[in-house]
Amino acid sequence: MITRRKKVMRRIHGAMFKLPLMITCEAFEDFILAYLDGELKGKQKFIFEMHLGVCRECRDYLRAYKSSMELTKATLTNSENALPETVPEDLVQAVLAARGQV
Amino acid sequence: MTLANSPEQSVSSAELPDGSDQSIESFVRSHTGWMLSLAKRILRDDSDAEDAVQTAFANIFKNLQAFDGRSTAKTWMHRIVVNQALMTLRKRRPQSEEEIDELLPVFDANGCRIEDDWANPETPEGLLQRTQTRSHVARLIDALPDSHRIVLILRDIEELSTADVAEQLNITEANVKVRLHRARAALKKLLEPLMRGDAL
Repeated sequence: MITRRKKVMRRIHGAMFKLPLMITCEAFEDFILAYLDGELKGKQKFIFEMHLGVCRECRDYLRAYKSSMELTKATLTNSENALPETVPEDLVQAVLAARGQV
Repeated sequence: MTLANSPEQSVSSAELPDGSDQSIESFVRSHTGWMLSLAKRILRDDSDAEDAVQTAFANIFKNLQAFDGRSTAKTWMHRIVVNQALMTLRKRRPQSEEEIDELLPVFDANGCRIEDDWANPETPEGLLQRTQTRSHVARLIDALPDSHRIVLILRDIEELSTADVAEQLNITEANVKVRLHRARAALKKLLEPLMRGDAL
């Protein structure tokens, strides 16, 4: 549920984001990938980080976005999805048997 | 290029089989593990993954003489496995692409983010200490549409470059970037209950 305080804060932010060198959260969203890839330089990086400094919602969002990436990586590289403990012998035999038949 | 989950980060062409039965068996035993893991990650089905690996090996043997050494043998083999798994995936019935939209960030009329407060989020380190976390996260990753899930796996897990992913999926680099960001954003939304401490 959206509180009255949040609505007021968003209205203030909305006005603030129209100032020079400020961007909206929607514009900030478009630069997240480039920022995390280290592709933002100079003025673009400055503007991105300035928004990050003044917008708590985007700070929280980016933190959760990065945590989610970390959980994803840890899940897919350290589980049964990672290297199997044993290589299925029937698969090895099937590969060897089929050799040269394609 | 770094490839995930491989004991050998590269395979020199000297390690490719020389044609003898012994070298071929050794080669197959050395590489089946990571190839199967890669295929499973893409296909989410053990049987389809085994079929993809078998066909990938057949293609590797068939094209062994044509391997030109312009990339490492591991990169070349990785590409063959991914291609084979993608071909299998394309034969399946396509999923609706609309389902990801409702998981994307929301903004008000002023372009301000609408985001619930994050009071005391759980850290990834803390969450990963719990035994159920990985299986829960794996289920949520599987819930993403294939077109976005595959880009996420190839970029964030297999650590292929944007250009390599674009080439393998036959889409533009800009499209890879859009899909990757949308996949990450959707996954963040799906993982929110877990990270807020409301799940498990």
